[in-house]
Amino acid sequence: MKTVTEIIGKMNKDSSYIIRALQAVQQEEGYVSDKAISAIATHFDVSEAEIEGVLSFYAQFKRTKPGKYVVAVCDGTACHIKGASLIENWVVDELGIKDGETDENGTFSLELVACLGCCSLAPVISVNGKVYGKLNRKELIKILKKYQKGEIQ
Amino acid sequence: MINRIKIGAGSCGLAAGADEIIEIFKSIAPDQKLVEVGCIGHCYAEPLIEVETDNGSIFYGNIEPKEESVKNILALGKEGRFVPDESRTSKELLKVTKLAGKINPIDIEEYENNGGYSALKKAFENTRAQIVEEVKKSGLRGRGGAGFPTGLKWSFLAAQTSEDKYLICNADEGDPGAFMDRSMMESVPHQVLEGMLIGAYATGATEIFIYCRAEYPLAIKNLGIAAKQIAEKGYDIVDGRKIEITIKEGAGAFVCGEETAMINSLEGKRGTPRFRPPFPTDSGFKGKPSLINNVETFANIALVIREGGEVYARTGTEGSKGTKLFALAGDIKNPGLVEVPMGITIGEIVYDIGGAEKGSVKAVQIGGPSGGCIPADKFDISVDYDSLKSLGAIMGSGGLIAVGKNRCMVETARYFLDFTAKESCGKCTFCRVGTKRMLETLEKITKGKGTLKDVEFLEDIGPKIIKGSLCALGGSAPNPVISTLRFFKNEYLEHVLEGKCSALQCNALVELKIIPEKCIKCKLCIRSCPVNAISDDFIVDNDLCTRCNSCIEVCPKNAVERVPAGGAK
Repeated sequence: MKTVTEIIGKMNKDSSYIIRALQAVQQEEGYVSDKAISAIATHFDVSEAEIEGVLSFYAQFKRTKPGKYVVAVCDGTACHIKGASLIENWVVDELGIKDGETDENGTFSLELVACLGCCSLAPVISVNGKVYGKLNRKELIKILKKYQKGEIQ
Repeated sequence: MINRIKIGAGSCGLAAGADEIIEIFKSIAPDQKLVEVGCIGHCYAEPLIEVETDNGSIFYGNIEPKEESVKNILALGKEGRFVPDESRTSKELLKVTKLAGKINPIDIEEYENNGGYSALKKAFENTRAQIVEEVKKSGLRGRGGAGFPTGLKWSFLAAQTSEDKYLICNADEGDPGAFMDRSMMESVPHQVLEGMLIGAYATGATEIFIYCRAEYPLAIKNLGIAAKQIAEKGYDIVDGRKIEITIKEGAGAFVCGEETAMINSLEGKRGTPRFRPPFPTDSGFKGKPSLINNVETFANIALVIREGGEVYARTGTEGSKGTKLFALAGDIKNPGLVEVPMGITIGEIVYDIGGAEKGSVKAVQIGGPSGGCIPADKFDISVDYDSLKSLGAIMGSGGLIAVGKNRCMVETARYFLDFTAKESCGKCTFCRVGTKRMLETLEKITKGKGTLKDVEFLEDIGPKIIKGSLCALGGSAPNPVISTLRFFKNEYLEHVLEGKCSALQCNALVELKIIPEKCIKCKLCIRSCPVNAISDDFIVDNDLCTRCNSCIEVCPKNAVERVPAGGAK
């Protein structure tokens, strides 16, 4: 795995690149650690508090390490109308974790997201970016089970 | 004879399984020319394939990811052919999306062969002022929501004499339930960029930025490829200057759709809005004059220049010209991306295009969390900026969600407030605290604990939040509540006075009941219940039940029903 300095080392030092740097680090490591914040602050020559301030503003950034599979339940308008809260409940029951949590083994994380932009397939979830649409309980459980058993990597 | 096969491989096509079908094609017909195109618009029929033959195109819809279905397509079989409803095609007017889903998004030559970049070349033959004038003449208004006249905005930037001027494309489509901009960027990225290059020429902008949601990886990828192709062809040389095109990824903040917040975010800061004036065209990105238009606005520009402002303005109504894209979703048969002329009625969109049955939809929510609802008895209203405003709704960016008869309007309003309360950046007290108080009050009502006083409170605080907020987020956040109170006050009153939710959606006011006459005692419900609330003799313990609907979903006989509170006994 690349170190934070390797990831952002060649990046433009103009402060307008701070968000891009945070995104690059998260892309590589899955989250933004204290160490990464400190390295980014040094790179752009601003305080750590300023970096923390920027990252805490945006929903995209995570401060804890996510699970191997990130299950995102879409709660956009179309999905909400089509029962996203039920989907959420079923995922919570199946995986035993709530919105924003990661399970003990570090296998699954659950997050509720605003919109995945696939409204015509509502309700949808995505697992590590792969979108599953037109879900009902049976389909949903089937998909989660496949990940639990390692049938889908 | 098959010339080539096109498969809809936009985000929703892929989500519907287009990638699996592509794999099957590659394995059984590796020599067949297969092109991944963007959004064809008929999202309900995804995965969707168009086969180009010598005798025209044949469409196949809802394709199963199986070898047989692919073989059937290769043999031009009669099975699974897709023909869009006449009621839809007769109401649509495809101008901006004419090429979407028809051409390979990342093939610049195919775009050129279909008239692409002819508008840019035409623009270069005119003076900058003539182009601004042409856009003014077209009557084009900003498609991002507020509807500010585009030509006028361009003239502001053109008048600036600063050495650096920026043109920014707002592609931070944060409205949950809207996907027009994503579709355009994925399907016709060159059309968006051509509009921006024309804008750069007309306004004298020196650099182009596209601020796109990080949640749209395919859009970002296609725009990036298109920008590279532009540089290779030299289209980015405007007035002898090379225009740098930079794509910046947003990081998930709805408020960044607001101009001044977006500029802060582009500068790498927290995306909070600031007071205007100064307007961005005076002082924007890094303090330099900047102009921000939305994706759909830029996608219209090539059209305006190619056919001329006057011809463009022949479509639409007095105050709203051209066509509008809508992301149609919710309780309808045929959700998808639709393009309609301004002035069409909501009813035509919902019933004729969306295929909803008359009487099955009680309202539409237009404009997302900043918009309002329009009840079914007002569906004959014309879709244009001014008519929608008169009903307390807004055009918005184009999210159009049909709300079915079995949905609770109070719950719908609560949903939107939950969104805006979370997305409020916290700068203005009225927005930060006000949306939170509204949300708490709505939660109280949907939980069956509301009183008449709570309804009065909502009526009182809404206009105050609008007045006390700096930007359009707070300035429109109460709209879903205000408009549902205007048209569906009876539902609020029913919750607080009778403890009833007639849509049977608010869990606290609903119980579950197994109808003995329908039950076949298969025990699927008992096994699926996560809280063991169903007894061996098939009685639901409603104190334990979480109303998760698991039993309703698994019951093969529809024997489990939601009934009003107190009705289970």
